Amino acid sequence: MSNIPLAAYLVVSAIMFFAGIYGFLSRRNMLTILMSLELMLNAADINFVAFNKYLYPGQMDGAFFALFAIGVSAAETAIAIAIIINIYRNIKNIYVDEVNKMKY
Amino acid sequence: MAEQIIFYVLAIVIVVFSILSVTSRRILRSATYLLFVLLATAGLYLLMGYEFLFGVQISVYAGGIMVLYIFSILLTSHAGDKAKKVSWKRLVPAGVAAVAGFAVCGHIIFHNVYKIAQTISPEISMQQLGTAMLGTGKDQYLLPFEAISILLLACVIGGIMIARKR
Amino acid sequence: MSYTLIIVALPLIMFLFLGLLGGKMKPAVAGLIGTLGLFTSAVLSYLTAATYFFGIGKVGETFQTIVPLNFEWLRFTDKLHIDLGIMLDPISVMMLMVITTVSLMVHIYSFGYMKGERGFQRYYALLSLFSFSMLGLVVATNIFQMYIFWELVGVSSYSLIGFYYTKPSAVAASKKAFIVTRFADLFFLIGILLLSFYSGTFSFDSLTSNPGTVLGQPITDTFMGWSVVSWAMMLIFMGGAGKSAMLPFHIWLPDAMEGPTPVSALIHAATMVVAGVFLVARMFPLYYFGAPDVLQIIAYVGAITAMFAAVIACTQTDIKRVLAFSTISQIAYMITALGVSGYGGHEGLGYMASMFHLFTHAFFKALLFLGAGAVIHAVHSNEMDSMGGLRKYLPITHITFLIACLSIAGIPPFSGFFSKDEILVAAFENNMFIFACLYICAGLTAFYMFRLYYRIFWGDNDKVYHHTPHESPLSMTFPLIFLATLTVFTGLIPFSEFVSSDNTVFHTHIEWSVASMSILVAVIGIAIATVMYRKQNSMSDKVAASVKGLYTAAYHKFYFDEIWIFFTKKVVFNCISKPIAWFDRHCVDGFMNLQSTIANYVSRKIKFAQSGEIQDYAWAFIMGAVVIVSLLVFI
Repeated sequence: MSNIPLAAYLVVSAIMFFAGIYGFLSRRNMLTILMSLELMLNAADINFVAFNKYLYPGQMDGAFFALFAIGVSAAETAIAIAIIINIYRNIKNIYVDEVNKMKY
Repeated sequence: MAEQIIFYVLAIVIVVFSILSVTSRRILRSATYLLFVLLATAGLYLLMGYEFLFGVQISVYAGGIMVLYIFSILLTSHAGDKAKKVSWKRLVPAGVAAVAGFAVCGHIIFHNVYKIAQTISPEISMQQLGTAMLGTGKDQYLLPFEAISILLLACVIGGIMIARKR
Repeated sequence: MSYTLIIVALPLIMFLFLGLLGGKMKPAVAGLIGTLGLFTSAVLSYLTAATYFFGIGKVGETFQTIVPLNFEWLRFTDKLHIDLGIMLDPISVMMLMVITTVSLMVHIYSFGYMKGERGFQRYYALLSLFSFSMLGLVVATNIFQMYIFWELVGVSSYSLIGFYYTKPSAVAASKKAFIVTRFADLFFLIGILLLSFYSGTFSFDSLTSNPGTVLGQPITDTFMGWSVVSWAMMLIFMGGAGKSAMLPFHIWLPDAMEGPTPVSALIHAATMVVAGVFLVARMFPLYYFGAPDVLQIIAYVGAITAMFAAVIACTQTDIKRVLAFSTISQIAYMITALGVSGYGGHEGLGYMASMFHLFTHAFFKALLFLGAGAVIHAVHSNEMDSMGGLRKYLPITHITFLIACLSIAGIPPFSGFFSKDEILVAAFENNMFIFACLYICAGLTAFYMFRLYYRIFWGDNDKVYHHTPHESPLSMTFPLIFLATLTVFTGLIPFSEFVSSDNTVFHTHIEWSVASMSILVAVIGIAIATVMYRKQNSMSDKVAASVKGLYTAAYHKFYFDEIWIFFTKKVVFNCISKPIAWFDRHCVDGFMNLQSTIANYVSRKIKFAQSGEIQDYAWAFIMGAVVIVSLLVFI
């Protein structure tokens, strides 16, 4: 028997997720925005695993989902950083509000 | 009992460091705090009994992705730089969004999620994981495995193409 | 009898051919082709008349209506449908003959008259179009087809009056003609719609076939004290009055003399202006049985118009204007004859007389106009003052013009005497006031026609011309001679054997009491004219001075043009057109502009949301998700 209620895990992951949202919306540096994105992804993974453990004990779907999500997120981070490096080469900084040549 | 203490420690680490990560003005500190959060998350996985996931989280996330982040931070800015202060106009809506979202989530959690404990869960062995990963029957994950390998291939090639020196 | 389609269709084909390709061929060739087309139509119409009147048309003592061609064009209900077809009955066959003959004469005449003019081919194309329209009008099987061709005739008239389109007066005259007739046609259309709504049919056959009961069942709806049928027939008459230049719609006809003279001969003497008379004749059973009070009104309008036009004609100096007012007066005669007519056999004398006068008038009026054209061609002016003593120079024109004048004055044995006599008899038997009007008018007619004749051909015997006037070429004199021959002999046709109000033949004879009175008044008129105008003297000026006011008013055509302009400018433009224009400019356009202004304004206000900052978009996304989820959860 586990003493930790499901709700506890969910609250933790919720706090992590919304911290990530806050960071995404308020940061200027592209890399910090990406890092907030990582926070959000991880929170979602915790949710998957927690639900898998508490509601579907015999099956492994949640864990596998989290596994693949980690793999995909790694790939996506790599590409995003490659793009950011490219932007840095072009405009010499990586602030989001500087990348605005196509604004009205 | 021990379980609960471990859980609370991990939970506090996660909460504190994630908030610090998004509010810190120095980038490298932000990255470090993120690293701690990821390690604590791995710990949570272990607490829940998924050792393989624990291993993967540490090796891929904490060990691969964070290193990548640190490299790119050092490539694109001086390590000791302070980020410029963000105006209130940006912060307030962000805060509002985060708080509103959290309120809704919290409400749902506390009203709808059963505060259940669970029955003894069978241990998942590595063999089971392995056969499930590469099996083709029902509930078996060969197809996603192959798909993700193609994705990674595309990613590698794409990354090289984007970031090569002209 | 289905070759009658060729009679109508051939001028249309000529119009299309000459209109599209006329510019590429020599003028003479175009003229020849047009004339040949019409010659064929004329021959075919004579053939039709012979077959109809002497062959298959007569059953017992009655002429039957033959419909060689009829196809349904537009269908509203089972009984209400617009057809296009050809109907042959005595008056339509008679009209076919008249129209094709006069048109053929005009075609031949125009060869000489319009020689060298710009737009020769266009002229012949338009003449063919007009012939087609008029022919289609008279053979119409239903009233809507007649309306379609009515409008077509109006358009042809407009194009032909405005033929010299570089002259502003011609353009103004053509516009005036078209607008006045169009205005009258509005009433015509309302009348048609009213009639067809209540009777459920457009076809003449159904409308006029049960003369005892109108349209099979009695119609009892009334509006402001008059039955609906009366209103419909009154409105239809107003449309006819516009086309036939009755008071007060006569204003366009004098101005229409701006067109070339052969056009005046064809359209404004012989054919188009009788369309109104033809309309009333076609619908006569309906008028007599369904709306006898309207028939009374028609008679009075006709009588007054006849007097009015005759008085004005006595004072005009432009020879074509004199002839125009004479036309108005003569058509008023025809309309009055219809108005006083009864129905059936001898009662229908007025109807028969009207049609007879239409027949003879077409020929002698066309002759008069073509003769005037020859005179104008010789002296290059329209005004009486530049003419005089022309009988020495234009012998053929002189003789034919004299014959026509005698005919119109009503001197036997010329045709005008017979037809006018029948009209006077019909009026005498019906209404003494109208008879008196027509009688006086006959005298005036003789007077002004001979005034015209003397001023042109006698008068100043020593007048010096800049260059000697010469007789017209054969192409112009041949029609004159032909029409003069017709004028002499058509009076002898026993018309009542062919045309009557209920298509049943009856016999007429000269009523010598009335005839002698009419001959007397004509002779008096001619005598007065001879005394005043045969030799140059100042008698006419003295007479004019003694009735100064009346003379001035008559000279200015009783100021009808000014009255109409006042009405149009002050009443119609100010009260109707201006508000509508204001509404259109401000409300309709304004509404569209308002929409675009709103779109502009809104877009300017919400442009800021497209900031280009990804974090703004993400914020909107997240807030949206939160809102939707909370909506789903809490509500």
